[in-house]
Amino acid sequence: MKQSGAAGRLATFRLLVQRFAFLSLIVASVALMILGKADIILIERTRALVADALAPVLDAMSRPAATVAMVTQNFHELANLRTENARLREENARLMHWQTVARRLESENVVLHESLNVIPDPDPAFVTARVIGDMGSAFGHSMLLGAGSKDGIRKGQAVLSGEILVGHIAEVGLRSSRMLLITDINARTPILVESTRTRAILSGDNSGRPRLTYVAGSPNIAVGDRIITAASGGAFPPGLPIGVVSSVSDGVIRVDPFVQRHHLEFVSVVDFGLGGIIPFERPPPPERRRKSKDKEKEE
Amino acid sequence: MTPSIWVKMDTWVRHLVPFGVTFILLLLTAVPTHLPGFSGIAPMLPLMGVYYWAIYRPDLLPAWLAFIIGLLYDIVSGTPLGVNALVMLLVQGTAASQRKFFLGKSFAVTWWAFGLLTAGAVGLAWLLVSLLLGRTLDPSPALFEYLMTLCCFPVLTWVLSRTQMAFLKDV
Repeated sequence: MKQSGAAGRLATFRLLVQRFAFLSLIVASVALMILGKADIILIERTRALVADALAPVLDAMSRPAATVAMVTQNFHELANLRTENARLREENARLMHWQTVARRLESENVVLHESLNVIPDPDPAFVTARVIGDMGSAFGHSMLLGAGSKDGIRKGQAVLSGEILVGHIAEVGLRSSRMLLITDINARTPILVESTRTRAILSGDNSGRPRLTYVAGSPNIAVGDRIITAASGGAFPPGLPIGVVSSVSDGVIRVDPFVQRHHLEFVSVVDFGLGGIIPFERPPPPERRRKSKDKEKEE
Repeated sequence: MTPSIWVKMDTWVRHLVPFGVTFILLLLTAVPTHLPGFSGIAPMLPLMGVYYWAIYRPDLLPAWLAFIIGLLYDIVSGTPLGVNALVMLLVQGTAASQRKFFLGKSFAVTWWAFGLLTAGAVGLAWLLVSLLLGRTLDPSPALFEYLMTLCCFPVLTWVLSRTQMAFLKDV
């Protein structure tokens, strides 16, 4: 009897401990949310570290998936060979015409550049990275890339697929990084409407078609207008293609991006020598600054 | 008779299976599928793992491991840290506290309860992310994700029960 009383007390005690542990974990997750909201560097570092640790596994797992995708694509292509050929022939004829136009414009451009003494844009350095993680999530559009700061990737660099803007780098670890797609709810891209040179911001909202906000002036934007990056904000180099206007209704302008998320296997992370979306590097920690000042004094 | 070291190690490794399987489900969610339109509505596989083990072996996937799975999920998927940790924790807690109700019931009941619980989980995640971002998210991808998760549940439960039979039958 006495023993069962003790056991009962022990059980109650264990239950209490379990309850307490459960409650403290709930408090911990709420605290993490608040800390994350405050943009604490420690949180960012931890995220990058864990992503780094998982990167090799994710990389290994992404390869067979890519192979399967390639094989199915091959079958698909074989099935549509005839129609694809016809389409390509037609496109080739159209592009030959464009090539003539482009050659003429290029030579004209060279002459104009020379007569105006234009300083040419620096050639960008780039890194090609494999997409190792594409977490299908309703709450954000981002991808993990298998390259990080040791490969020269920095926060804010533009990510391209071919010539098309895909997104920018949001988090960087040592050997992995997170790319935020232009459709993510946190992505803001300064853009130009190519034909009218109207400035606006492309704001993602987690849907496949981001919308234009802060449209400058009285816009005359029609469906089918091409959208390219603008140089404002120093985030992206000007003129990278993004997409075409897909719908204009009640003042809401939506853009259909050129990038097809499911086709992304390799992307190029490009360093245009611009500040990036986060234009300032973090200031060095105070001790180092003090040390360098001391050095200056000594000198 | 005390079991030999090998038996102990064998038991220990077998006890890691629930966490291991749920972790693999988490990594599977992150694999780029190259399917058009799939990436926005991929099923929440780790949630199913947490739910299943909470009912059948809550001793091997306790609340704190569910919390860790949630944190990893947040890190891999890029959602604000803590959101999925809280969601997984609550799912584990609710399922584990009601497990007596599930044991011996038909699969339809488990599925139905999973539907209710996941609706709560997706709703909570949607609410938390909206609160943290300060903007209301479009609920339709979350809804599709929910339906997708619900559809995958029977297949995954079959796989998980096979795993349980294979590794954890008598440990």
